[in-house]
Amino acid sequence: MTAQEMRTHAIDINSVLSSRAKHQETNEVSIKVEDLKLFYGQKQALYGINMEMPKKKVTAYIGPSGCGKSTLLRCINRMNDLVDNVTIEGQILLDNENIYDKSVNVAALRRRVGMVFQKPNPFPKSIFENVAYGLRIQGINDKRILEETVENALRGAALWDEMKDRLNDNALGMSGGQQQRLVIARAIAIEPEVLLLDEPASALDPISTLKIEELINELKEKYTIVIVTHNMQQAARVSDYTAFMYMGELIEMGTTSELFTNPKKKQTEDYITGRYG
Amino acid sequence: MIKEWFKSGLPWVWLNAAAVSVCLIMIVSVLGLIAVRGASHFWPAQVVQFAYQDDGGQVQTLIGEHVDSSVTPAVMARANGIKMADNEDTLIQYLVKTGNRDVTGSDFRWIQERHVKSQQTPDDIMVIERREWGNFYGRLTAVKESGKVIASGANANAIALQKLDVTLGLFKDIAHIEKKEIGAVNYDLERLRLKQKKLQLEQQWDAKAQQEVAAEKAAYDKVYNAYQAQLQGLYQKARQDSLLVKTDSGSEVEISLAKVVRLYQPNQMGVFAKIGHYGSKVVEFLTEDPREANTEGGIFPAIFGTVLMVMMMAVMVTPFGVIAAVYLREYAKQGFVTRLIRIAVNNLAGVPSIVYGVFGLGFFVYILGGNIDQLFFPEAAPAPVFGTPGLLWASITLALLTLPVVIVSTEEGLSRIPKSIREGSLALGATKLETLWLTVLPMASPAMMTGLILAVARAAGEVAPLMLVGVVKMAPTLPLDGNFPFLHLDRKFMHLGFHIYDVGFQSPNVEAARPLVYATSLLLVVVILGLNLSAILIRNHLREKYRALEG
Repeated sequence: MTAQEMRTHAIDINSVLSSRAKHQETNEVSIKVEDLKLFYGQKQALYGINMEMPKKKVTAYIGPSGCGKSTLLRCINRMNDLVDNVTIEGQILLDNENIYDKSVNVAALRRRVGMVFQKPNPFPKSIFENVAYGLRIQGINDKRILEETVENALRGAALWDEMKDRLNDNALGMSGGQQQRLVIARAIAIEPEVLLLDEPASALDPISTLKIEELINELKEKYTIVIVTHNMQQAARVSDYTAFMYMGELIEMGTTSELFTNPKKKQTEDYITGRYG
Repeated sequence: MIKEWFKSGLPWVWLNAAAVSVCLIMIVSVLGLIAVRGASHFWPAQVVQFAYQDDGGQVQTLIGEHVDSSVTPAVMARANGIKMADNEDTLIQYLVKTGNRDVTGSDFRWIQERHVKSQQTPDDIMVIERREWGNFYGRLTAVKESGKVIASGANANAIALQKLDVTLGLFKDIAHIEKKEIGAVNYDLERLRLKQKKLQLEQQWDAKAQQEVAAEKAAYDKVYNAYQAQLQGLYQKARQDSLLVKTDSGSEVEISLAKVVRLYQPNQMGVFAKIGHYGSKVVEFLTEDPREANTEGGIFPAIFGTVLMVMMMAVMVTPFGVIAAVYLREYAKQGFVTRLIRIAVNNLAGVPSIVYGVFGLGFFVYILGGNIDQLFFPEAAPAPVFGTPGLLWASITLALLTLPVVIVSTEEGLSRIPKSIREGSLALGATKLETLWLTVLPMASPAMMTGLILAVARAAGEVAPLMLVGVVKMAPTLPLDGNFPFLHLDRKFMHLGFHIYDVGFQSPNVEAARPLVYATSLLLVVVILGLNLSAILIRNHLREKYRALEG
C-alpha cells in the first residue's frame, strides 16, 4: 500500500481512496515469471528472473541498454520464438498457466497478450482494416461487429475523434504519434488481458509521448500493462511497479515510488541518480 | 595538376557518362534502324520507268521500284569482270524491284547507273499486288468479264477497282466459309472419327453405335457438301473477271482478278492517298494471315501466338515461382542446403535457352506427352495429340526457363518486408500462414510483378527453345478458336521471333522478305513493350497501394 500512499500528495483524497479500493479488489497476480533463463545460442541473456506482475497495474522495466528488458518483455508473448537459436528455461505463468507448455497455442496466447513495438508498425492498409485485422484473423467478418469494435478500439486509443472521417485512408499517411496510437488501438481491438509496450514512446515527439502516457493511465483500468522504457521520468509517471534490470538480471523490483525514493540496492540508486547507464 | 584532377573524381564521372552515352546511342540506333526500316516498308514507293541500255547497246524499258543503290570502286568492278572506261572511278548500281516474277523469273535486278538513259515516273503505271508471284508492274489496258472486254482505255481503271471490290468481297466470304464453317465441320468429323475408333478399341462398336456414328457422319457430310457447293459457286464468280496488263517489255498478260489483292497507281497518288494506302497496308500486316511463304500479307497468327504463349507462360510461372520463393525464404531452415538451392536457382538462369528446349522436347513432349497420349488418347494413335510439340509444352518450357527470375525477385521482395510488420501481425494472434497471406505476400506483390516483367521480357523474345517445342513456320489454325474446348493446348502455333528467323533466313526470296524482317522485329519489340508496360502499370499500382514503411 505504501506506493499508493506516497503518490497521494499530488492527487486529491478522493482519487486516492478510489484507487486504493481498486487496488484492493484487483490485487491478484496476472503474470508470474519463475526462474526464467534465456540463451541466444551460447550467450546467456537472462539469468534466472523471478517476478510477479499484478493485474490491471502498470509495471515498468527500466535499465541500461542491452540489459535484457525487451528480451524479457518479448518472452511474455513468446515473440522470442521467432528468433533462431533461442533456448528458454524456467516458466512464465499467465493466470497460473505456463505459457511455455507444449500444449499452448502460441497464436491464441498472443491474442491474450497484445504487444506494441518501439516503432509504429501499421500495416499498409486503411485505418479501419488495421484495427479490424485481429478480428478478421479470428474469422469475424460481420460488418456491424467490425465497425462497432473498430470504433470502440479507436476511442480506447483516443484516436476516434481525429480519425472518424478518415477511416478509409491509408494508415501510413498518419503522423508517428497517431500511428503508435493506431497500433495500440489495433492491439486492444482483440481485447487482450495483457498489453506489452516496448518503449512505445521512444520514437515520438514530446506531445505524442504525453498522449501515449495519458492513454496508458486510462488503459490500466482494463488491462495489465507491462512497459519497457529508457526514460525514468516516464516510468515514474506512468507505472505502479518498477523493475530495475542490469546485465540480464533483475536487480530490484518494487512499487514505483519506493524504488525511486528509497532503492534498496546500490546499483539501483546509482542508475536512477544517473551515475551510470 | 593531373593528379589533382584524378583525385577530384572527375575522370570517373566522365567515364561513367561516356559508358552510359554509348549504351544509349547503341540502343537508340538499333531501335531507330528497326523502326525506320520496318515502318517505311508500307509506304507506297514511286515506280520508275528506266530507259536502260544493256551491254549489247540496245535500249529497253524497265519498270520498277528503286530499292537500293551501291557504289563500287572501278578496280573492284573490273575485277568482277565489268568493263569500265578509264575515266570512270566508281560503278554506281541500282537495285530495282521489277516484280513480274511469273514473266521474267525474278523480281529484283541490279542495273548500272551509267547505262540508264532516262528516268520517268509516268502516272499510268499500275502496281498489282497478287496472292502469288509477288507484285506486278505494268499498264492496265482492259478489263475482261468472262472472257469479254467490258472496259478499256481511260475508264478501265475505275471499272477494275470496282470489280476488285466485288471480288475481294467474295474472297472474304470464301475465307469465312473455308476457315470458320468448313473448319468447324472438319473438326467435328475428326472428333467423330476418333469417337468411332475409341468405340472400336473398347469393343463397343456394335450395330447401334455404328448406326449413330453413321447418322452423325451423314449429317456432317451434308453440311460439308452444302458448303462445298456454295464455295464452288463463289470461286466461279470470283474467277470470271480478269485484267489485261502490258508489261515493260510490251507483252500483254492476263491476270485473273481472283489473284489480285490490291491495285494502285503510286505515281499519281497524293499525300493523303498514300497515307490511306499506308494505313490499309499496316492494318493488313497486323490482322491478316501471311501469304507467299510468309513474305507477303500479315502476321496476325504470329502476334496472336506470341501473346497467348507468353500469357500462358506467365500464368504458369507466377504461382510456381512465388511458392518456391516463399518456401525458401519463409519456411526452409536457412543453412547450407538452402544456400546450395539458391545458387542452383541462380545458375539455372544462366543455362542457355536451347538446353531448355532440348529438355522440353525430351521430357515434356516425348515422355509426358507420350504418356498422356497413351493414357487418354489411344484412339488418336498413331497420330500424337500431346506427344508432339505444341502450345502447352512451349509455355511450360518457357515457364521453366523464366522460373529463376521470378524466384529470385520474389525472394528479394520478401526479404525487404520489415520484420516489424511480421511481428505486428504475429502479435495480434495471426499464425505464420495468416501473416504471410494477409500482409507479407500483398506487400511483396510488386516484387513478384518485377519478376514477372523480367520473365515476360525474356520469354517473349526467346526463339531457340520454341523451335523444338511448338513453333512452326505456318500454322493453319489459331490455338484459340470457336470449336470446343476453344483453347487448343496441343496445337502448334506461330511466333514473331521465329517468324523473323524464318522470313529472314529461310525465305526463297530474300530481297522481298528483308523489309518484312524489320517490320516484324519492330512489331516484336512493340509487343514485348506492350506486355511489359501493362505489367509495369500493375506493379506501380501495387507499389502505391503497399508503400513500405519508411525507415
